[in-house]
Amino acid sequence: MQKKIVQKHKLATRWFHWINVPLITIMIWSGILIYWANDVYEIKLFGAKLFKFFPEPVYDVLNAQYRLADGMAWHFACMWLFTLNGVLYVLYTAISGEWRQLLPNKNSFKEAWQVLLHDLHIRKAKPIQTKYNGAQRIAYTSIIMMGFGSIVTGIAIYKPVQFGWLCWLCGGYEAARLEHFILTVGYVLFFIIHLVQVVLAGWNNFRGMVAGFEVITTAPPSPEVEHSTVTDIQS
Amino acid sequence: MSSSIEKEIRRKTIVSLIIFFLMLGSGFVGWKWLYHQPLDGGIRGGIQEPLRKVLNANEKIFSSGFDSSKLVKEYPKSAASKKPRVNGDVGLSEDFFDATEWKLVVIKATGDTLFVTLDEIKKLPKIDVVHNFKCIEGWSQITWWSGVRFSDFVKHFGLTNETNLNYVGMMTPDEEYYVGIDMPSALHPQTILCYELNGEPLPMKQGYPLRLIIPVKYGVKSIKRIGTMYFDNDKPADYWAERGYDYYIGL
Repeated sequence: MQKKIVQKHKLATRWFHWINVPLITIMIWSGILIYWANDVYEIKLFGAKLFKFFPEPVYDVLNAQYRLADGMAWHFACMWLFTLNGVLYVLYTAISGEWRQLLPNKNSFKEAWQVLLHDLHIRKAKPIQTKYNGAQRIAYTSIIMMGFGSIVTGIAIYKPVQFGWLCWLCGGYEAARLEHFILTVGYVLFFIIHLVQVVLAGWNNFRGMVAGFEVITTAPPSPEVEHSTVTDIQS
Repeated sequence: MSSSIEKEIRRKTIVSLIIFFLMLGSGFVGWKWLYHQPLDGGIRGGIQEPLRKVLNANEKIFSSGFDSSKLVKEYPKSAASKKPRVNGDVGLSEDFFDATEWKLVVIKATGDTLFVTLDEIKKLPKIDVVHNFKCIEGWSQITWWSGVRFSDFVKHFGLTNETNLNYVGMMTPDEEYYVGIDMPSALHPQTILCYELNGEPLPMKQGYPLRLIIPVKYGVKSIKRIGTMYFDNDKPADYWAERGYDYYIGL
């Protein structure tokens, strides 16, 4: 067995990625402080209340009551960093050519389906793993589009008169607020799945996002083996 | 050879992890530092001073881009709520207020004081504003207000010199509630000194006899029952800004 260090993620990619941990945490936390002041959203089914955003204990744990001013101040300070990071990341992927590995292509949706079936233990055959598989391409492109959506709906709520056309595009002021909220719920769901996948993918993959490299183990060529076995490459 | 590559892997991994946790840690320490900065509102609390600086910088950006030709969307009167929400009663105490005696006190830049009656104001052209009133809490409601344009008011009462100053300040008769508004927003064509709601005189709780309706701001700037109006180049005191809210809150 031979081990090889292979560079995987560039420093820029890792930076753009990890800065989101504190940034999005602050944005969601301050967003909840703002939302508390008018917490009207709930999921209803046939008129019956299924879930209210949010149950009181959530506010208690976060100490989120009567902190609208706090929330707004943090939100409107950190929004710049969130936007800047997103814009720089998109520019970086566009200029460096990394978008080629990230944008879904015509095979991605079929591939994503195979990945899904495999991950749910329905389909045995392991899909081919390149740097990003079809499911990853779709997920990582979607999350950028969601970020873009958060900025657009955010501006529509923040300056509904000066950016009246954006507000109109979102379907009005109240619709923009709801969309902004739903996108955030989407982030949380994304994050949960992301975390599970990273844990399942293992240490080598995780280290790739921290240290930038991964270790590839290859079996030395052996004449005895008739059919060369493809070593499982985790990414 | 195999052991040297193992060493290399271990070294690179450890160095990276140390840097990684140092950065996460410094992010957390930075947040804690900011969180515990002195608050700008004194006994009223307020927000961390560095955050206030960002809000003020935001104000510079968005006030310089303020376009007074952009109008707030208007609705037919039939869309207006029959039961407009009442939110907040600070400044509406009866202590310093007698409905029969009320006059708007206008302090001019020269220091002279002008007393204006409701009848004098009502003689100016009446404007209807039916818009989606937006509260800083996050709710909004379509409401129908009528009154005179602030810009018509200042012209008619010879206050054009005053409008060269940066801000107009307004206070309730008991001086419990007060707002400061940048002049371009005050002069916006939909900013009115309002004396009617749904075609009827303002109810007491909505600020009888005269309130401000300024659709290019959150509702907190639409002060009820104006007692005194004054003009300044510096920011006039603002009730909610003192309690940690953004001063500008332009929409």
